[in-house]
Amino acid sequence: MNSSLLLAAIPATAFGAFLLPLLLQRFGRGAAALAATAVIGSCLMLVTQLAPAVLAGNTLLAHLPWLPAYGLNLSLRMDGLGLLFALLICGIGLLVVLYAFYYLSDSDRLGRFYSILLLFMAAMLGVVLSENLLLLLVFWEITSLSSFLLVAYNSDKYESRIGARMALAVTGGGGLALLAGILLLGHIAGSYELSLILAAGAQIRAHTLYAPMLILVLLGAFTKSAQFPFHFWLPNAMSAPTPVSAYLHSATMVKAGVFLLARLHPALGSTDLWFWLVSGTGALTLVYSASIALFRHDVKGLLAYSTISHLGLITLLFGLDTRLSIVAGVFHIINHAIFKASLFMAAGVIDHECGTRDMRRVNGMFRRMPITASLAIIAAGSMAGVPLLNGFLSKEMFFGETVGHPQFESLSWLLPVVATIAGMLAVAYSLRFVHDVFFNGEPIDLPRQPHEPPRWMRAPIELLVLLCLLVGVLPEWTVAPLLDAAAAAALQAPLPAFELALWHGFNKPLAMSLLALAGGVLIYALRGPLFAWQEQLPRMHPRTAFERAYRLLAASARTAVATVDNGSLQRYCALLFAFVLVLATWAFFSGPEATIRLAAQPAGEAAYIALFALLLGSIGATLLYRQRLLAVILVGVVGLVVALIFVRLSAPDLALTQLAVETGTIVLMLLVLYYLPTGKAPRSSASRLVRDLLLAIFAGGGLMLVSLRMLATPFETISGFYLQESVPGGGGTNVVNVILVDFRGFDTLGEITVLAIVALASHALLDRLTMTAPRLDADGRPWSEEAHPLFLSMLMRPLLPLTLTVSVYIFLRGHNVPGGGFVAGLITSVALMVQYLANGNAFAQPRLPLNAAGLLSLGLLLVSGVGMASWLFGRPFLTSAHGHFQLPLIGEIELASAMIFDLGVYLVVVTVVVTVLSGLGQLSARAHNQPVAN
Amino acid sequence: MEVLLSIAIGVLTSCGVFLVLRSRTFPVLLGLTLLSYAVNLFLFASGRLRLDAPPLIRAGASYTDPLPQALVLTAIVIGFGMTAYLAILALRALSESGADHVDATKEP
Repeated sequence: MNSSLLLAAIPATAFGAFLLPLLLQRFGRGAAALAATAVIGSCLMLVTQLAPAVLAGNTLLAHLPWLPAYGLNLSLRMDGLGLLFALLICGIGLLVVLYAFYYLSDSDRLGRFYSILLLFMAAMLGVVLSENLLLLLVFWEITSLSSFLLVAYNSDKYESRIGARMALAVTGGGGLALLAGILLLGHIAGSYELSLILAAGAQIRAHTLYAPMLILVLLGAFTKSAQFPFHFWLPNAMSAPTPVSAYLHSATMVKAGVFLLARLHPALGSTDLWFWLVSGTGALTLVYSASIALFRHDVKGLLAYSTISHLGLITLLFGLDTRLSIVAGVFHIINHAIFKASLFMAAGVIDHECGTRDMRRVNGMFRRMPITASLAIIAAGSMAGVPLLNGFLSKEMFFGETVGHPQFESLSWLLPVVATIAGMLAVAYSLRFVHDVFFNGEPIDLPRQPHEPPRWMRAPIELLVLLCLLVGVLPEWTVAPLLDAAAAAALQAPLPAFELALWHGFNKPLAMSLLALAGGVLIYALRGPLFAWQEQLPRMHPRTAFERAYRLLAASARTAVATVDNGSLQRYCALLFAFVLVLATWAFFSGPEATIRLAAQPAGEAAYIALFALLLGSIGATLLYRQRLLAVILVGVVGLVVALIFVRLSAPDLALTQLAVETGTIVLMLLVLYYLPTGKAPRSSASRLVRDLLLAIFAGGGLMLVSLRMLATPFETISGFYLQESVPGGGGTNVVNVILVDFRGFDTLGEITVLAIVALASHALLDRLTMTAPRLDADGRPWSEEAHPLFLSMLMRPLLPLTLTVSVYIFLRGHNVPGGGFVAGLITSVALMVQYLANGNAFAQPRLPLNAAGLLSLGLLLVSGVGMASWLFGRPFLTSAHGHFQLPLIGEIELASAMIFDLGVYLVVVTVVVTVLSGLGQLSARAHNQPVAN
Repeated sequence: MEVLLSIAIGVLTSCGVFLVLRSRTFPVLLGLTLLSYAVNLFLFASGRLRLDAPPLIRAGASYTDPLPQALVLTAIVIGFGMTAYLAILALRALSESGADHVDATKEP
């Protein structure tokens, strides 16, 4: 079969089927375990299908565009490094599934556990098989999230939740840094595809952004691989069930960081910065964690620190940056995964059998579980670097690389010394694990009677320990091809000459190994005084410190949110204005320099008088807003001046609309004012006044400057089309009206829909609302008993037909001279409104049996119907048609389909205004306990 | 004329912003009305100012820009709809909370 199809099938299978165990859970534990085994087995089979081609030195690629414009593609890659990791992930995954089946109790929901584990495995496969770095990052984040779920598996326990949260915070934060780093890297290399990036190493290293990019990428790798000072999450994640620790915290997730180092090293490495950062961090982590591991009493804690230490060793090897050190690093990845997974599983068996993992109580297990003990002792030997075991081989290579590294010159003795000390410590803590747990007298006060675990629970450990031995004794026959392929892929260069063998003759590395073994035994022999010394050291509590920082962060976030989001509309408005001001100021001053040319229109005296009236009205209303009636009148004045401005500046349609709206607004405000409490509002505080005044002055001054600048900037209109086509295309000479009902009819349809929504919302708000009618006005005078003065009511009735006639006239002429549906609708509304005011609700309502819902729908249907009618003629939505017709008596008239459109607009406008006002009228009737006409 | 109109727009904005930031519903209503005048005038001005050139097609006439006019026309009507809605909302809030404070609280 096509190899790229097979390659794509690996993550596809894993992601496609990860829910299977959860779905099959109701058929029992066995079904869930079988499902998980089947999924991982299929992935493993696919991987092995591809293995021969990869081992032969090929790099398989599969490419599927996803968001190519952003450089994100579903492109996959399998080279030696990917193959090695995929085999580790699937192989150890299978063993962990088997192991967890026995480890987790019957009450655990095994299906759920397996499903999360499979999700994690799928993401991990995605990480190691990604060709596109953005895709890699997506999978990277999924590993963080799914590992959070796995660590927090015992979610009823405080430690689990804290540990999971810490792991997520650290690795997730690192993921963010990695995101930034990868974006920079993509920017530098011009692509996110690994093939291109690996080939562009020289260009990347020479770029000015190399240093920040490298630091960000390393942050991502170091947090994931628990390097100092981000190591503290890993020991706390030991609250996870042991199968999870064996899988995530030895073989897979924590290796993602070092995988990234191996992967990107050809592009990012070979610089001083890389050398010092990576090898420095690695060396520090190696020694520091090894020394901590010795003093941990918890078996898993010891293993966790040992893991961190070994990850430090691998990091150090990648940092040393010689070709052989890369080979050693890759080799140690394999060996560590094998022996550490088996050690975690053995620790799980001990925990499972004894009910505790405290090495001060768990003693003498060799007699109670001899087989498990033998297996664990071999694995621990590998961890310590004892000959004949796989750990010895890679440790020898490591020692060899520390000797005479070119970068250190006169300090060349330092690195071998550090390596030997780390080796001694590794021997010491391995010895402690073996001696304390399996020998050292009798167990103390155990909750359970320990004995050998079930046969199949031990099987995974047996297999892994067998691998330790096979690789350790016969490396050339077992691991060599895979190592060669993986190291070649990590190097992206020819392999150096090296020989995997037990015996290289008596040389410096062997001497260092022997020294480490002897020194380790000595350190362990001195453990009594050492432990006593460690006891009196000041305690470091990274978890407490982390929690404190975490709480502080959360609390300050809450404070920040509470400051901004305090539920006060006033504050929101002020913040909004301030923000807009900042943005606008920035835009104003960063915009292009414009040639300013004040081609002024002559102003004339009338303009000055109008401006004076406008200033008087607006400033007066602002200063006197507590005298509400006066303020309303002043705002009315301003509205009228605005209408006059429209008249003067060649906008007759706007003037008409503004006049009609002004009338409606004033009536509306008076109606509302009637109910609002008359009590004087308390004065605002001085600071608030200053704030508001500043905002107001800056906003006004700013908009003034902006409009001045706009008016002084030459401009080219885009309206030529409308002016040209108005008569031939739209059949009307009033261009504004033709734009509204024809050219931009779709906009108008949207706008009248908004109006219709206003009507519905107002109706809903007013429905069954009862207000109390005040008895006195603001100045303490009683309101008139006579609600509808006779004079007014008699005068207004005959006016109705007259105003309606005017509105029909305005409507009909609208297509050619100022007028149209909006204005006519507003005039009709004002006519009806006046009837309500003059004669009262009880009079007007029955005489105007308006079905608001029906009329609204009719209006909207007319507008959209006339638009859809054009479909019948095979034209786009809202194509207009017009023609000339000869009518008897009246003569020739021009009819346009746009007129029907305008009729719809008219209906909606009238209905909206009447709905709002009659709603207010009914409110008034209820307030005065008058009979409400239905 | 341009300077005068800019001053008008600026003053209307200042007054509108100040009133919108008051704590009672009624000045907020007034402020929004003033603010919408300012915005309408500003949008209208973006077509530049012309005297005696209404966009009505006649032989041999010159025209001002009709597009901002069409936009402002609907803006005026929508502004009215918004004012109406806000007024009714203020009444409803008064009825629910017993106060005409914009945050529906009785404190100033």
